[in-house]
Amino acid sequence: MKAIVQAEPKAAAERTEYQELVTPVVNIFETKDGYALEAEMPGVNKDGLEITLEGNEITILGRRAAEPIAGEVLFRERSAADYRRVFELDPAIDTGKISAKMEQGMLLLTLPKSERVKPRKITVSD
Amino acid sequence: MNLTRYQRPEVTEPGFGRLSSLRDELDRLFESPWIELARTSQLLSGWTPALDIHEDKDNFIVRAELPGMKREEIDVSLHDGALSLSGERKMEQKFEEAEVYRTERFFGKFQRTVSLPAAVAADKVKAQYKDGVLTITLPKTEEAKPKQIDVNVN
Repeated sequence: MKAIVQAEPKAAAERTEYQELVTPVVNIFETKDGYALEAEMPGVNKDGLEITLEGNEITILGRRAAEPIAGEVLFRERSAADYRRVFELDPAIDTGKISAKMEQGMLLLTLPKSERVKPRKITVSD
Repeated sequence: MNLTRYQRPEVTEPGFGRLSSLRDELDRLFESPWIELARTSQLLSGWTPALDIHEDKDNFIVRAELPGMKREEIDVSLHDGALSLSGERKMEQKFEEAEVYRTERFFGKFQRTVSLPAAVAADKVKAQYKDGVLTITLPKTEEAKPKQIDVNVN
């Protein structure tokens, strides 16, 4: 199957009450062993990260660590909102083997494909 | 003096961010000579990390979002009352061979310069990189700090 890990558009509409959330930018790669997903969530550390797997959907939620508030704001471009994004998983992914690593505000999700979908040779018995 | 580009906070929405920088880019196309555009263009050569500047009684605090970098890839310098952040983010080699499904992240060189509104003690500036956020604390010089003047009543 070629349809991969994709963004799930209905997830945004599902939220009935207003919550300030931003969508983290991601890169997604596929290798023969599985997928790798990188998500940028500056200001989030390991403790603020919540990854939930439900059915064939994976939800990434990143809560920003509190920053000491200092004085008055002179210039502001950064958002204070938490991050959230939902992806639909390729059925080839072995959900039991998904692993996550957080490094300098960047989440790296490793989503290995299950052994049964990898190509293999079948030996013919006599 | 280098540019201090303003970007709206909607930069966190990737679609909007690119749109607004495209618009900025077009504005500048008509305002600046070509050579200038080629040198500073974000579309051609890089990205612009979002930053905040705060001020309290004793310090200016600059915070910039630089997720997924290494400390040695970030360069901070102070020159003539202007703070410069620059560096280069490289794509990881292990993914160069892989099939790409989504590329929303920016790679390449970046540079931002901000003019500080008051003098700072250059030798006491501290920079810390944590959770993908670079925090630079710039203590004001004694002369630049606000002073309380006692009023004597005779």
